[in-house]
Amino acid sequence: MSKPADPGTADPALAVRLDGITKRFGEVVALHEVSLQVQRGELMTLLGPSGCGKTTLLNLVAGFLVPDAGEIAIDGVRVTDLPTYRREIGMTFQNYALFPHMSVERNVGFGLRMQGVPASQITPRVARALKLVQLVQQEHKLPGQLSGGQQQRVAIARAIVIEPPLVLMDEPLSNLDAKLRIETRAEIRRIHRELDRATIYVTHDQDEALSLADRIVVMKDGVVQQIAAPPEVYAQPANLEVARFMGYRNVLELGVDAEHDGRVTLSGSEIRLTGVRKQALPGARACVAIRPEELVMGDGPGGLNTIVGRVENVEYCGRDSLIDIVTASGVLLHARAARPAALGDEVRVHVPVERALVYPSDAARA
Amino acid sequence: MTRLPARRLLRLFGALVVAAILGFLLLPAIVVALAAFNGRAILSFPPDTWSVRWFVKALAYEDFRAGFRNGLIVTAWASAIALVVGAAFAFVLDRYEFRFKRTLETVLLSPLVIAHFTVGLGFLILAAQLGVARGYAVVIVCHVVLVLPFVLRSVYVSLRNLDRRFELAAASLGAPPGRVLATITLPLLLPGLVSGWLFAAILSFNEFTASLFVTAQRTQTLPVAMYNYVREYADPSMAAISVVYFVATAALLTFATVFLGLGKVLNVEQAR
Repeated sequence: MSKPADPGTADPALAVRLDGITKRFGEVVALHEVSLQVQRGELMTLLGPSGCGKTTLLNLVAGFLVPDAGEIAIDGVRVTDLPTYRREIGMTFQNYALFPHMSVERNVGFGLRMQGVPASQITPRVARALKLVQLVQQEHKLPGQLSGGQQQRVAIARAIVIEPPLVLMDEPLSNLDAKLRIETRAEIRRIHRELDRATIYVTHDQDEALSLADRIVVMKDGVVQQIAAPPEVYAQPANLEVARFMGYRNVLELGVDAEHDGRVTLSGSEIRLTGVRKQALPGARACVAIRPEELVMGDGPGGLNTIVGRVENVEYCGRDSLIDIVTASGVLLHARAARPAALGDEVRVHVPVERALVYPSDAARA
Repeated sequence: MTRLPARRLLRLFGALVVAAILGFLLLPAIVVALAAFNGRAILSFPPDTWSVRWFVKALAYEDFRAGFRNGLIVTAWASAIALVVGAAFAFVLDRYEFRFKRTLETVLLSPLVIAHFTVGLGFLILAAQLGVARGYAVVIVCHVVLVLPFVLRSVYVSLRNLDRRFELAAASLGAPPGRVLATITLPLLLPGLVSGWLFAAILSFNEFTASLFVTAQRTQTLPVAMYNYVREYADPSMAAISVVYFVATAALLTFATVFLGLGKVLNVEQAR
């Protein structure tokens, strides 16, 4: 969870600081007391489902919106009510927003012209930016003549050529096809490493966030759920919401039998599981969250954490298969298995204790 | 088996109806065009002898020449003023929320439902009451009122279709509002502005009913001059000037279509 920051101190290592940002649209609270800091050179992704407030947060940093409460500082300067054009940012948009009436060269040079950079310096700087995004021989084309991937490169070049201390990217890969998305993702990571600029990157795609980010901010319903490095968000979600969003598809609500030294034993009908407690458990019932790939075929050591069920559905995925298993009492489980299983087979699966994460159940929290 | 001939008959009937409608659309223009080439000094159809002398006479006729000049002056001013005023109001209606917004929109579009006759008469009474000489100013103001809704509509629709993210992108690159307007908004609105202006210009140049009230001998526009001519003479020079008139308008419209066709291409590129 984010630490409340002291507004009196200006940390020179900070590229962005948000303190207690709240934004309402009429009755709807889009963001509730969001505080976070982005370090210089850090790539931070805002991750969450649509409507979680991540784009609103980006628009506030860009200055397209003004917060109802809270302060924003970029590069140590308070910008909360500064108009966009006076903030030092470079931004890319989901639909690229390349100016359709300007050539690639003029698009990329736009920010430099606005800064009053002499014409003699604009051409070499534009050329350098286009070289960085590996787009050559396209300077005189109009955006409409380029492919989606090329347009994205122009958009990135246009945002970084002005050398802003902060780069904002709004779902930059969402309009590209799957293959191009993975290529461009690697490109963005490379460009980020070369430039070493603080970057805030908005996405709803977990893979994108995990592969790109130095740190991930997971958001839901306008509230920050977790701020952590990708491996931690992946393996140790802060709460059940984050776990669900990060692909813990098996969430079983069971009764708490015993709790000892951070380990919890739970049971319900024929299932008995021991897992690791992630949050305080106020109620008699709790939820166990397990990723499909961590539900392993076969018995656990000494039969621990083993569940028996019948194969209900098999989806072949190449490297492995996604198997739906239904227990005798009708609980549906998702598992991944390298070995193919036949429909109707009885199978035994188990989960290691440290990979069964226990959270308070939704009912107990409410 | 009996249904097939019935269907064929129906199709034939449909084709005939369409042909008839198209014929009636073009018939007046065809009749006038043929009448203009009459060798004799009467307006008749079809002519029995052929000549182009009525074109020569019409183009040399001093009232038509003055009317053409006056019309151009009035059209140039009226369409330009309507463009600026209409675009500004379109901007306000698109970008701002305020009380009485619907009322403002209704008032601005009201000339569409008020007869030109009424507008012309109104300006005539006003000018007389205020003691304003019946010069160009009255005609131009009257035309601005009549063509304003068309400019407003055209620019408003273009503004609606304009992706605001272009403006946000420009702002994020350091462009203050004035430069966003000059370098992004106006260039992208150009097709809408041009089509609005063209509509205004063609309507103003062709306007007759209101012009009849507000023009004087010195300021009469071409349609008014033509009306005055036909009241006294009935020779084919009337038909000849009509032909010149619609050929010129058609040329202007063709130019517009070509230009706006290009505009559409630009819009397609934006949508990608």
